Amino acid sequence: MKSVNNLDEIRKIITHHKRLDLIFMITGIFALMIAIMTFMALFAQMLFDGMPRLSWDFFTSFPSRRAESAGILSAWVGTTLVMLVTAVSAVPLGIGSGIYLEEYAPKNFITEVIEINVTNLAGVPSIIYGLLALGLFVYQLGFGQSILAAGLALALLILPVVIVATREAIRSIPVTIREGAYALGATKWQTVSDHLLPYSAAGILTGIIIGLARAIGETAPIITIGALTFIAFLPPSPFKSEFPYISFEWLTAPFTVMPIQMFNWVSRPEEAFQLNAAAAGLVLVVMTLAMNGLAIYLRYRMRKNIKW
Amino acid sequence: MQTSPEKILEPLEYKSEVRDLNFYYSEFNALKNINMVLHDKKITALIGPSGCGKSTFLRCFNRMHDLYPGNRYEGEIVLHPDNVNILAANVDPIEVRMRISMVFQKPNPFPKSIYENVAYGLRVRGIKQRAILDERVELALRNSALWDEVKDRQHDLAFNLSGGQQQRLCIARALATEPEILLFDEPTSALDPIATASIEELITDLKNKVTILIVTHNMQQAARVSDYTAYMYLGELIEFNVTDTIFIKPKYKQTEDYITGRFG
Repeated sequence: MKSVNNLDEIRKIITHHKRLDLIFMITGIFALMIAIMTFMALFAQMLFDGMPRLSWDFFTSFPSRRAESAGILSAWVGTTLVMLVTAVSAVPLGIGSGIYLEEYAPKNFITEVIEINVTNLAGVPSIIYGLLALGLFVYQLGFGQSILAAGLALALLILPVVIVATREAIRSIPVTIREGAYALGATKWQTVSDHLLPYSAAGILTGIIIGLARAIGETAPIITIGALTFIAFLPPSPFKSEFPYISFEWLTAPFTVMPIQMFNWVSRPEEAFQLNAAAAGLVLVVMTLAMNGLAIYLRYRMRKNIKW
Repeated sequence: MQTSPEKILEPLEYKSEVRDLNFYYSEFNALKNINMVLHDKKITALIGPSGCGKSTFLRCFNRMHDLYPGNRYEGEIVLHPDNVNILAANVDPIEVRMRISMVFQKPNPFPKSIYENVAYGLRVRGIKQRAILDERVELALRNSALWDEVKDRQHDLAFNLSGGQQQRLCIARALATEPEILLFDEPTSALDPIATASIEELITDLKNKVTILIVTHNMQQAARVSDYTAYMYLGELIEFNVTDTIFIKPKYKQTEDYITGRFG
């Protein structure tokens, strides 16, 4: 019988296998390049078109019929305020739900159904949330086509993201840490507030920021609830000179947001408005990238002291 | 001086008595009719092959099984001197855990400072005064033979300690609240031999202060540190006696086989 350990044969087989390795590596690099190059090309095009339009005036001017004097003041203020409403409502609701599902909820059929639904909600098309918000917030609750309605619509949209991020962050804490806290006589709430929340803060924060980065670019639900495309004034200031110094009037103000401003400009026939759209797009992409960068940085900073 | 087994058994001061204890993971009967005692301020070791239920038994003492659904106790674990059955439905598991501390298999310090790790049990009890915390933390660190190594860096992160130091920190954390019983669940299985020796020495030193129940898969360890040993197999307590008797003249062939390494 021929030995299976013929060195020449073995070398030949190794060469063959290494060639397969090489082929896969090249295919992989190629696939990666397609993804990266496409993004780079888009970004470069936008940079090229939009960069010349970026100036201080672009940020401090209202939209205008004349492309060269139009700006994104009302859009970025609108986006900032809508995001504020979204964050303020989605963060406590999402973290609270996540903690409840992970730590408090009994493991039975009903919670299982809820869990599956929450995960699936993240995949519901955003325009559906827009319809829901139109019916519920705009008409039923009478918020009108306001910053409040838009912020809440986007909050609904990112709620599943925050819930899932919270649960996963809590679940990644080793069971021995949790048992260690309980073994010292901690109650559930003490375990959650002294240990689980602080140790999972990095993961939760990352989820929140990624959710907000998704919400900032959403157009469909905002159009559905009826955001205006041309707004030449700012919502009332949240700060006042007389008591109580703070005002919530801005919540009910009409508004526009960055992606809608872009949409408006893109649909104009004039070339100059296309450049405006590219510049606004550039600002939006930089905002999104900055948020993701912040998420990465915070995760790194907060996880530095945690090793498991 | 060699004390005879009868003599050690004499001071019948029990810290705890286990009566007809059965434990179920859902339908699975993991502990079967266990009867034994813990002698006050003595070290009792639980030995037996993997899966025999020794950790399950240990975790009954601080009601750890209550954290997970579907677990059920039957029978009693009576804690003296107040004669309370800690498994009773009307006894709050949190109260039990405040009286009985536990040290886990793998060192599990919190990602906080050394000081905050030791102080946590006290904080849970609502102690806020800095002076009291400082004093208790120092005492616990001294009792766990860690004080000299960490006194100048109590506010460093606990993760920066070595594995053996982390485990001693966990012992300090458990001691800080002056527990009546200290449970050890294979406390040295994740440590190197030198760290193991220091933990064993520490456990031996602690026995005058607290009643100890230790699970170990290492028979030499049981022989070295414990006063009493219980041999368990498939959820049953096969033999319980003075450690010397178990190791030198066990009553049952099965115990002897396990101890001499013929099986397990």
